[in-house]
Amino acid sequence: MSATPAPALQLDELDVVYRVRGEEREVLRGVTLTVGAGEAYGLVGESGCGKSTAALAIVRYLPRNGRVRAGAIRVADSDVLSLSREGLRRLRADKLSMVYQNPADALNPSIKVGGQVAEVFRVRGVARGEALERARDALARVQIADPGSVLGRYPHQLSGGMQQRVVIAMALAKDPALLILDEPTTGLDATVEAEVLDLIAALQADFNTAVLFISHNLGVISKMCERVGVLYAGRLLEEGPVESVLHDPRHPYTVGLIRCIPRGGARKDHGRLDSIPGFLPSIGEQLPGCVFADRCALAQPICSSEEPSLHKATSAHASRCHFHERASELPRTASLELGHAIGVERSADPLVRVEDLTKMFRQSGHDVHALEGVSAAIWAGETLGLVGESGSGKTTLARTLLGLVEPTRGTIELDGRSLPVLSRRDHEDVRQLQIVFQNPDSALNRRHSVRRILLRALRKLGGLAGEQAEERLIALVSQVRLAERYLTARPAQLSGGLKQRVAIARAFAGSPRLVVCDEPTSALDVSVQAAILNLLVELQVKENVAYLFISHDLGVVRYISDRIAVLYLGRLMELGPADVVFDGPHHPYTEALLSAVPTIDGGGRERIKLAGEIPSAADPPSGCVFHTRCHRKLGEICEHEEPPLLEVEGGHLMRCHIPIEELRRLQSRAVSAPTEGAAV
Amino acid sequence: MSSIAVPAVPSPARVARRENLHALLRSKTFVAGSLIIGWWVLCAIIGEAIAPQDPLGQTSSVLSAPSAHHLFGTDQLGRDVFSRVLAGSRSILEIAPAATVLAIAAGTSLGLITGYFRGAVDDIISRLIEAVLSVPLIVLAVVIAVTVGHSTFTLVIVVGILFTPIVARTVRAAVLAEREFDYVPSARLRGERAPYVMFAEILPNVTGPIIVEATVRLGYAIFTIAGLTFLGFGVQDPSPDWSLQIADNYTLLAAGTYWWTVLPSALAIISLVVAINLMADGLSQVLER
Repeated sequence: MSATPAPALQLDELDVVYRVRGEEREVLRGVTLTVGAGEAYGLVGESGCGKSTAALAIVRYLPRNGRVRAGAIRVADSDVLSLSREGLRRLRADKLSMVYQNPADALNPSIKVGGQVAEVFRVRGVARGEALERARDALARVQIADPGSVLGRYPHQLSGGMQQRVVIAMALAKDPALLILDEPTTGLDATVEAEVLDLIAALQADFNTAVLFISHNLGVISKMCERVGVLYAGRLLEEGPVESVLHDPRHPYTVGLIRCIPRGGARKDHGRLDSIPGFLPSIGEQLPGCVFADRCALAQPICSSEEPSLHKATSAHASRCHFHERASELPRTASLELGHAIGVERSADPLVRVEDLTKMFRQSGHDVHALEGVSAAIWAGETLGLVGESGSGKTTLARTLLGLVEPTRGTIELDGRSLPVLSRRDHEDVRQLQIVFQNPDSALNRRHSVRRILLRALRKLGGLAGEQAEERLIALVSQVRLAERYLTARPAQLSGGLKQRVAIARAFAGSPRLVVCDEPTSALDVSVQAAILNLLVELQVKENVAYLFISHDLGVVRYISDRIAVLYLGRLMELGPADVVFDGPHHPYTEALLSAVPTIDGGGRERIKLAGEIPSAADPPSGCVFHTRCHRKLGEICEHEEPPLLEVEGGHLMRCHIPIEELRRLQSRAVSAPTEGAAV
Repeated sequence: MSSIAVPAVPSPARVARRENLHALLRSKTFVAGSLIIGWWVLCAIIGEAIAPQDPLGQTSSVLSAPSAHHLFGTDQLGRDVFSRVLAGSRSILEIAPAATVLAIAAGTSLGLITGYFRGAVDDIISRLIEAVLSVPLIVLAVVIAVTVGHSTFTLVIVVGILFTPIVARTVRAAVLAEREFDYVPSARLRGERAPYVMFAEILPNVTGPIIVEATVRLGYAIFTIAGLTFLGFGVQDPSPDWSLQIADNYTLLAAGTYWWTVLPSALAIISLVVAINLMADGLSQVLER
């Protein structure tokens, strides 16, 4: 921290309320924090804790039913709350910038990039021609290779990562005193996220801009910030230097949150994940004591009656807990006993086998190869993790397997019998392959009650009706730990975790043998994610079901998977036992993917920068499709000859020209300590 | 685990409905529209009973100006205009809603089919719909009415069929958006057949736009039927129907006098159509949030 006099942001006992059905409900409760000039401050918390409300209050852009009830906000030297309309406009034009989660929404789709970036300068009185000149410079500064051509394009012609660069260029163009980043990389692929984060870090150092970095991802915060504040139910529970908060947390909530994250090579057969019991208090609930008391295993009577004051652990590290010294003693919710090693019998015939699976889509005159000759097998009771960037064909593979999409070439076999597309599959086959979608809001019919959703599934998949169905329904909901009183509710009345339990119950209604899990936890908070992963593992052990588990969170994939398949541009690049794929030697692409993920544990791997973006599947590169971005490219052979997918060691397949021993030698140089993602 | 402290689950499906109702009652446009419509519906039911004189009864005082005895004066046949206005909403309020219901039922089915199946089915039906829509409505209606003859029944059928493509287009757009939700493949993955997916899964989620479309169509149905009646292909004498009243008496306007024979019925039609549009406006604000 620098010793500059005026802090970039000061929040003082900030109370924000939303008026809902005629009643004012507290969303932020006495939040006090300071971001020094040039400092990067991280604000973490789960959804609904008030992170975004804080950002909106700072820029005075609260929704109409929200207002600041008490407290003060100072940005640089202006008192934000007392500014006039014009003063506020000047503040937003000169000193304050904000970058939102979704760059596609932040850019106007019908104005060329040049016009939008130039606008930032025009607002400050720069003439048109000069504004365009400056726009070009601004784009160059965010490492856009060809700013001239980007200026002339519309936002939809740019990739997500490129769009976010443009937004960041606009935000930094005015050299703001404070830059607010609200989940700036959440919608991006790990490799693109890593690049955007590197860029933000570099620019922040150059410009010496103060940053308020809002994120649910502890790994990202740990990489980007000097200090961090943990927000829960609108109250700042803990604050301090990132190192100290993440490695020596002094609040039971922070302790619990960090434990929820599968990391450090955690695997399902090592034991269950910890989770935080209970629910976030509803908005505006009256909480006279500690806001976390209800869910805290360390809570004493004093916790629900008396609001804890801010205790200093060190001069910089403070915690709002009566028992902050004992926070690390928080009992684990999951017993430490080892989970059973889940035996997968691979000498038997596989449950499902795909052979040379290829899918071509016709898109505006081009053949897009979404899948190209994928062959793999899944055995009963095992989890095959599927990873790759967006556009790599993960979802197409899943949908083809389920029969929702007809393959252009290749076969899908279940128990050795070839399966046709869904509409021609018989009832038995339909029952055996099911799916849990990423977003339960989309996957559950919002007009149907939970009871109706599950009864229908029991009837169609389980062939049950009447009394029998009712009995099985009760058993099913208890199996997914869903209280019976939720049966009459509609999905909208349930929290994200409960909705996902309903979706899981539906998939299991007919005792399936393979369930595709398409990013089932990526829409959930980390504490809920842990509980859902535990549930999936439990069901797997009980029912000997196999999973095809798609996720971009490598920590989650590693936790739940027995084997991992890595897809790139529709091709299988690597397939092998989870530990082998993660610990290496691995395919250069896998290596780059792993290095891109920011972790709480920090450091470890050297970041491998992938050159450019994933090429178009309509026009894949010749030879090895990865050669255009590969950091270990050998030379000509990679450009001309596609390497075959070979078994390089027992059960470990790889598509690379570099011999395995050479890879082992190269990769052992990079520091090991494989650690993975940490999404809250 | 996660089922320990539970926020009270309010009585399920009704909550959304009750919230919608409250929002509607707070909407000024919806309330104003409903009140006017309510008044005319009441007149359609008991108009003849509350009318001061027999709406069909002819008297010798022909074309007398508004007076205490004849509030809105009398027409060419000496009938009391005020009584005729009170009784005149019945036929339009029978035919227009019936035609609308027909159009909504047929249009919703077509829209679900085209939106759900897409591909060739959609292409063929959508082109046919566009072909129908390209011909002016009233011309088509007149042609059909002339060929099959005019009864109340044919009127309902003709207007209903003419409005079907418009409804189908609206429903199709809503279904296309709805089809992107994962509950559709979910249903297919438990072996549901297309009709179930369309009517039990998708339909409940597109009722909002359908209700709004129904209200808007009702307004247009009234216009269309009034137009047909005016041209002589709709409601027939001696009904006190508003548009028939206008058709019978509008020639008298040329002289600049006798405005009372036409104006009250014209205003009545306008008030009904405006009221329906107010209602549609309020509904769309609440249902299409």
